[in-house]
Amino acid sequence: MTDTDTDAGTDSDTGADSLPVDSSPVIGRELQLITLEVNGEEYEVITEPRRTLVDILRHELRLTGTHVGCEHGVCGACTVLLDGRPVRACLMFAAQAEGAAIRTVESLSDGADGSELSDLQRAFRSHHGLQCGFCTPGFLMLAEGFLAERPQATKAEIREVVAANLCRCTGYQSIVEAIDSCAAARREGEEK
Amino acid sequence: MRDGPMPGVPGAGVPAAPGRGGRLVGRSVPRREDPRLLTGRGRFVDDIALPGMLHAQFVRSTVANGVIEAIDLTAVHEVPGVVAAFTAGDLALSDIVAQLERPEPEFVETAMPVLARDRVRYVGEPVAIVIARDAYAAEDGLEAARVSYTVRQPVTSAAAALAADAPLVHEEAAHNTLVDVSLCATDGIDEVFAAADRVVRVDTRTGRQNALPLETRGAVAHWDDREEQLVVQTCTQVPHQVRTVAARCLRLAERAVRVVVPDMGGGFGQKSVVGREEIATAAAALRLRRPVKWIEDRKDALSASFLAREQHYDVRAAFDADGRILGIDADVVCDMGAYSCYPFTAGIEPLMASAELPGVYKVPAYRVRGRAVATNKAPTAPYRGVSRPQYVMVVERLFERAARELGLDPVEIRRRNVITDFPYTGVNGITYDPGSYLESLDLCARTLRDEGWYERRTAAAEEGRHLGIGYACFSERTGYGSAAFAQRRMAVVPGFDISEVRMDTSGAVTVTTGTMSHGQSHETTMAQIVADELGLDIGAVRLHQGDTDRITYGWGTFASRSITVGGSAVRLAAGKLGEKLRRIAADRWGIPWEETALGRGRVHRRGDPAVTIGYPELADLAYLRAHLLPKDIEPGLSATATFDVFNDGTFSNATHGVVVELDEGTGRVEILRYVCVEDCGVAINPQVVEGQCRGGIAQGIAGALFEQVTYDAQGEPSATSFLDYKVPTAHEIPEVTIHHLETPCAFSATGAKGAGEGGTIGAPAAVLNAVNDALRATGVELDRTPLTPETVHRALRGLPEPAA
Repeated sequence: MTDTDTDAGTDSDTGADSLPVDSSPVIGRELQLITLEVNGEEYEVITEPRRTLVDILRHELRLTGTHVGCEHGVCGACTVLLDGRPVRACLMFAAQAEGAAIRTVESLSDGADGSELSDLQRAFRSHHGLQCGFCTPGFLMLAEGFLAERPQATKAEIREVVAANLCRCTGYQSIVEAIDSCAAARREGEEK
Repeated sequence: MRDGPMPGVPGAGVPAAPGRGGRLVGRSVPRREDPRLLTGRGRFVDDIALPGMLHAQFVRSTVANGVIEAIDLTAVHEVPGVVAAFTAGDLALSDIVAQLERPEPEFVETAMPVLARDRVRYVGEPVAIVIARDAYAAEDGLEAARVSYTVRQPVTSAAAALAADAPLVHEEAAHNTLVDVSLCATDGIDEVFAAADRVVRVDTRTGRQNALPLETRGAVAHWDDREEQLVVQTCTQVPHQVRTVAARCLRLAERAVRVVVPDMGGGFGQKSVVGREEIATAAAALRLRRPVKWIEDRKDALSASFLAREQHYDVRAAFDADGRILGIDADVVCDMGAYSCYPFTAGIEPLMASAELPGVYKVPAYRVRGRAVATNKAPTAPYRGVSRPQYVMVVERLFERAARELGLDPVEIRRRNVITDFPYTGVNGITYDPGSYLESLDLCARTLRDEGWYERRTAAAEEGRHLGIGYACFSERTGYGSAAFAQRRMAVVPGFDISEVRMDTSGAVTVTTGTMSHGQSHETTMAQIVADELGLDIGAVRLHQGDTDRITYGWGTFASRSITVGGSAVRLAAGKLGEKLRRIAADRWGIPWEETALGRGRVHRRGDPAVTIGYPELADLAYLRAHLLPKDIEPGLSATATFDVFNDGTFSNATHGVVVELDEGTGRVEILRYVCVEDCGVAINPQVVEGQCRGGIAQGIAGALFEQVTYDAQGEPSATSFLDYKVPTAHEIPEVTIHHLETPCAFSATGAKGAGEGGTIGAPAAVLNAVNDALRATGVELDRTPLTPETVHRALRGLPEPAA
């Protein structure tokens, strides 16, 4: 029989109880002002340096289309584009994204009210590339970044890239087919 | 896309089923859910933000078995941003108790406290809730908690739990046995085995798995002063059951709790039980009168949520010399972890396995003992398929082994034994409705044969490569009504569903369902059914689900029940509304209502289709000029219907065929070909059915080859991130070809059978059989999952499976 204690790590600062407003910074913490460019708009955010990019996007800017699936960079539900390249928004601090152009799933659709689906989104719909839809924004941004870099991608290459993220519903085949058909249609469009 | 009816296949393509030939039913209508989910406008539980919302996390046990000596939260309160912290003593909640109506020792009742009181029974068990101004501060608060335990020796396997001197997980459960039932024992079975030409045995273990919805569990709770209600927004498959438990634990009236379900990122059964954390979150919100959000992190989801599938089977089967099965004798032990889940209880796995094990085969004699054993591991919940992936694997292994020993072809031995005359009442007392067991088997085998895989297998063997072909032929009971669930003897008996259809003044309808989509596309498929029944465009039908204030009652979504039971209720309710519309129109025309019929958005006179009244006009009468209605017709346009199944339910079926190649250097199992021939009756939306199949197969492959929840000897979970819990990706999951057969259900209102779980059920057996076929030159047979590369690598060198 032994006694064990959980780790005790106390912060010596005392927290004043302040206004009950959602995600207002806790008084007594180190704060910084950061500027983020998201989907073509500039935002200034006062935040703790330790907050991740995905948390700032979701909970400060209220762009909740980007999801959090694991917080350790494996599942890819939080994938966004940073200067056009897919990154895991759970693996970087928001402050690290200063100066970069960030794109989230909210930027993909078009039209005055943003409800006009892009060709990639339409391909996901017509191939049943989503079921619960939780991983979908991550796959969309992964594909958006990849196809921009490699429009000639073969289906096998697309499958390799799709293997970067996790989906628990589809078995991946319909995601691969959706991206492949979008890529093929874009190439056909180029030729015309 | 969906194949047409199979020529020459009896039972397939039967024309008389109700609901067939619809305008929308049977077509791959694009999903109503997609636009919002594709544009980032879905609303999942973590997307909800309420003014003044606080954030909760849980202090969790660091020991697998211990007595709590002291919980000191003093330092927690000092952490900047922390608002409150509560222990079990602070909240004084009632326990969560799930019951079977079976006497001891068949069932031993145990309680799951919302927060651990004096004992902890697994690593990760919630001990205290910390509430803070933001999620980061809540995590800081956890670090400051001090809990001291007197540590006891944990039991970390079913075998250890059953040992004579094992420590007890619950003092009241002797031998750590929560359920011990023999559902069947055919008289004279020992003589059957003694006289049989051949007896084969399979002793197998299947790994503990996590259903792993990509969205972890979570809840946002707040008190609504106007409604005098505690509102709990949570991602659950069973909203009404969460309401019941929340009301009981918090000692509130049921009407004082409203459970609302936002978009859900999967569930697969893990969210079909009531968790402790959502109740604790609700209690904190009630105590503080402020909104509180709890979002489970992945580490907790992997180690401290609800798990499944860790089972041990010791099964013998007797055969005659022609390969006809004479009997099955099975002992099933399920490691249920530390607690019984609500509402299903720890009986969920052993009772499912015991009742259903003979499966698609004509088994004359059957004896089974099923046990649920408590261990110091995270508790279990139903997971897609519930025991069927395991017992199908066992039964299919028995047939493969018998075929090998009797020198029969593996497909031929199945052909000789599958049920072909329906309805068939099995030795388990269950009546099987018509299915296409033999037809699916033949089509699957013919597909692989026609594609030349048998020749390729021979050629590979000549080159010293290891190619194998394996099958799984199985059925899956879906559409359990209350009669079928009652046989499990749960204290609460799920089964029926209620639907209400309401038409507004514009002629558009809202329909409710007690089922709860979490990826299955109910907003589309239920709308297809209603739109067909009433002759509406799909856009004129809106589904309401997942709100205990809007829906009279519901059992939620599990056991592939939604389309079979919920879809039937929806159709019946729409039919009733259609009758009311016809009665109002008939009154205008002064004719009996039987002389009217529904057309596209209008009622017309039978025999004179030019005489019509559109729904908006009828709605105008029903609501805005009700004085014109006859006395026997009430104003308004709504109708309610219930549906229940009074027999044993309906059986979907399938055969899966798999070709694998084993890598001699690494032991890697590569799936070269995967063919699924499935029959779920009328497919309301074939594309959705295919999605369910493929997704299910991926999860079945995950269980067969990759995923396992593991613990060290002290009960510490050792797969607490995606680096250790290996969820397969597009690199591991192959393309799957699906062929459809259609044997409509005779008693569901749409002809549909359930389609949610079948893929998961067949995959482990088919993969395992293919691997064993590829190993045939070595003489080694593998029976346990997950099949690791190490085991396969050893087997390729002629070394047997390591001892358990």
